[in-house]
Amino acid sequence: MIGVGGPRAFRAERGEDTVSVMRPQEIVERTLAAAAKLAGCVVLVRESSEANLRWANSTMTTNGLATSASVTVVALVDVEGGTAAGTVSTSAAITDPAQLQELVAAAEQAARGAGPAEDAMPLVEPECDDPTWDEPGAATTIGVFEKLAAGLPDAFAGPHRHYGFATHELMTVWLGTSAGVRRRWVQPTGSIELNVKKADLSSSAWTGASTADFSDVDVTALAADAARRLEWGARKVQLPAGRYETLLPPSSVADLMVYLAWSMGGRSAQEGHSALAGPNGPRVGERLTELPLTLYSDPAAPGMEYEPFLTVGRSGEGVSVFDNGCPTRRVDWISGGTIAALQYSRAEAAKFGTEFTPGGENLLFVGGSSASIEDMVARTERGLLLTCLWYIRPVDPTTLLLTGLTRDGVYLVENGEVTAEVEHNFRFNYSPLDVLRRTTEVGATQRTLPREWKDWFTRAAMPPVRVPEFNMSSVSLGR
Amino acid sequence: MRDIDAEFTALPLSALADAALDRARRLGAQHADLRVERLVGQSINLRDGAVTGVSDSITLGLAVRVIVDGVWGFASHVELTPQRAAAVAEQAVSVARTLAPMAGERVERADEPVHAGVRWVSDYDVDPFTVPAGDKVALLAEWSQRLLAADGVDHVSADLAQVKENKFYADLAGSSITQQRVRIAPGLTATAVDRAAGGFETMRTLAPPTGRGWEYLTGTGWDWDAELAEIPDLLREKLKAPSVTAGPTDLVIDPTNLWLTIHESIGHATEYDRAIGYEAAYAGTSFATPDKLGTLQYGAPFMHVTGDRTEPHGLATIGYDDDGVQTTRWDLIKDGVLVGYQLDRTFAPRLGLERSNGCAFADSPHHVPIQRMANVSLQPDPDRDTSTEELIAGVEDGIYIVGDKSWSIDMQRYNFQFTGQRFYKIENGKLAGQLRDVAYQATTTDFWGAMDAVGGPSTWRLGGAMNCGKAQPGQIAAVSHGCPSARFRGINVLNTQEEGQ
Repeated sequence: MIGVGGPRAFRAERGEDTVSVMRPQEIVERTLAAAAKLAGCVVLVRESSEANLRWANSTMTTNGLATSASVTVVALVDVEGGTAAGTVSTSAAITDPAQLQELVAAAEQAARGAGPAEDAMPLVEPECDDPTWDEPGAATTIGVFEKLAAGLPDAFAGPHRHYGFATHELMTVWLGTSAGVRRRWVQPTGSIELNVKKADLSSSAWTGASTADFSDVDVTALAADAARRLEWGARKVQLPAGRYETLLPPSSVADLMVYLAWSMGGRSAQEGHSALAGPNGPRVGERLTELPLTLYSDPAAPGMEYEPFLTVGRSGEGVSVFDNGCPTRRVDWISGGTIAALQYSRAEAAKFGTEFTPGGENLLFVGGSSASIEDMVARTERGLLLTCLWYIRPVDPTTLLLTGLTRDGVYLVENGEVTAEVEHNFRFNYSPLDVLRRTTEVGATQRTLPREWKDWFTRAAMPPVRVPEFNMSSVSLGR
Repeated sequence: MRDIDAEFTALPLSALADAALDRARRLGAQHADLRVERLVGQSINLRDGAVTGVSDSITLGLAVRVIVDGVWGFASHVELTPQRAAAVAEQAVSVARTLAPMAGERVERADEPVHAGVRWVSDYDVDPFTVPAGDKVALLAEWSQRLLAADGVDHVSADLAQVKENKFYADLAGSSITQQRVRIAPGLTATAVDRAAGGFETMRTLAPPTGRGWEYLTGTGWDWDAELAEIPDLLREKLKAPSVTAGPTDLVIDPTNLWLTIHESIGHATEYDRAIGYEAAYAGTSFATPDKLGTLQYGAPFMHVTGDRTEPHGLATIGYDDDGVQTTRWDLIKDGVLVGYQLDRTFAPRLGLERSNGCAFADSPHHVPIQRMANVSLQPDPDRDTSTEELIAGVEDGIYIVGDKSWSIDMQRYNFQFTGQRFYKIENGKLAGQLRDVAYQATTTDFWGAMDAVGGPSTWRLGGAMNCGKAQPGQIAAVSHGCPSARFRGINVLNTQEEGQ
């Protein structure tokens, strides 16, 4: 599978602490000292502690516990025409201050090679002291899966074949800048996926959950939900390709909305090469739906918190290494059914005369009713109920048309009930903008796991959504 | 041939191996291997001729993998000392013993001759990490400016990724292998904005990522001047091109597009681990299950697909895999029939084979080797050097597709949809200008069954990707796919504008 890229970088396992490995805070201070002669410097030290369980054919396959670390140095250098930025990262263990001097020298060399940066801005001054700065990295343990491990054997003992993956990571980041910023943050990220198949592989179902600490994961309930979907496969039907009234469950909505959020770069909309570009500039202010729907990111969203300050290893559309340490904040990308904001770095905001708008690491979609997906099924005369989407890729960037497939369960709803499992999957072609434009019913928001994008994005809360004529472009024989 | 970097060979490789393997043996491991890996990377990005990022990275570490009483154990570390290597071996044995009660299968592996003290270096001329970043930026900026200076080009992005990979492998059987390979992925994308019509189009260079060095940007293996010179005209034509009429259509597909269709519909479908369900919950399975080996009619009777890790400049090419197996080339599809899989030493015996075909790979010292994709390639017509023009001449009303863009395939590798960089209408055997809004969609076996001709050796090209993902936790691998131009009858073509309505 060829991916679309993501922030997951190589990281090195550090294992048990050893006396020879330098503390993160010391790495930051020594690196900044080594860079004192430069115009500026940003140091990011990351330590990750990760526990994984993987299973297939109802037996454990690969499990592990790994701690890892990386040091990223962004050197800011005065050059002819402005300030240049260069980045160097290493996952090698830092045991000698000379390594840090080498990193600074390499980052300076990269910066001089790059030439003046268009996004150069003064580094932000510290706003507050971080009382956690001196604390060590947080560590997870395999014990985080204790409740899960207690429930899985019962599931494995049942009549179905189980496949799945559970992962929990605590990522600690220390950010230090030559402007005096010292911030530390611990980011918990967890998810579980259960793929359950009938013994003869004639039906497959998926359930998943996003979590910070697994205390809220009920594997027995997840397995029961998957088993219930397998029961729907008692009757099977074949359906032709076409446009169907379709109930998108929260996971599917999340995968479509996450891609929309990733496409909300302000620069490309300003320059005219984005689906968010209109004839007279960005489509901000354009109403997509009369429903009072709001799509937002919020670093303080309960249970889905993310860094209250920016950490950026390299610049790109909407992000700038010069913005390291800037506070993040709630951003309503769509507000009350209207496109409300696009992402801009500080330099882009200045260039285009708009507001600095940092991206978010969670996504919440609210404004629907209190209806559950079951309520929406009960109100459906004839339509499709999906489980999740897969292999989503852009087809036409002018409309944000996406293609992808249904996976692990498509069900026929007739007269308010699920009456059969569709014996195959569908390839869809549809734009998330059209999901918003054409939806006729949006239910209650709940925490969910975006199956397609979970390697990069797990913190989502989405409602189920009804789309009247979802384009099932062709039949896929894959099950 | 170039030599392996002294910085890598200066590491205490033998001492690490002795320490790790001896400790594993003493603790009861029947098999143990040590890998020491160094990955050096650099990426450079420019927007409209100005740098947006230059970043360098290095990953360094060691890994010990053991089999204890038929159960795998694995551990890794960043610290390259004999003491740490021995401790990591002990940790790996402990993992194996801990997992033993939960392991439903006992590992059995194919034998492999001992490769003691061997070295292998990929085929490149100039190590890209010896070229100053400033020189690279200057070249990419100059290329960007060439495109920006042309009428109709509003924006240009340029990107360059480079990787140097060192692997040292040693095992209890006595193999000791030191390797180095280099890969490089340059590309430029030009964008034309038509504000009046409310649209835009892009066109990206067709130069594939390749197992070459800096020489790839200075005249070896690709004619950059020629490609950069034609992009503005091609982009302007595409922006004004008529929209395609959807429906069954005869296609001639250029290797610059077909490599990706091969990757998705054959490369992944013939991975043995997928075929037996190891990836069922994530990357997916395969319709080409082992019970169909030797009988599944994959495509046209002349269809010949090979797997190899030996093709010069191939991204999956290496001398020895991460199981210590000397790499090779073999048939996956012969006479249109599925005849082989991509294997590692664990999977080979399950097919009754005495030896692995060398597809074990880990993308970092901190990941377990798994079966990853070889260079999977469609072979050209062995009897006649049919040109692309001759293939086109055999189409009355169809489309010639050049370059890859959008891709998607289901989890069993049946239903796919691809777009491309350029689509030319074919009228009465000749090209008749570009079309836009084209996607083609098919079921794998229908598509390859509809292939009625392949081009000859002179049309064969190597394409590829740097970022093929698999497994949980995810691993990335680079892989190439060679193919000739090929012709397909009656493939379903979509109009992407209509699809979005």
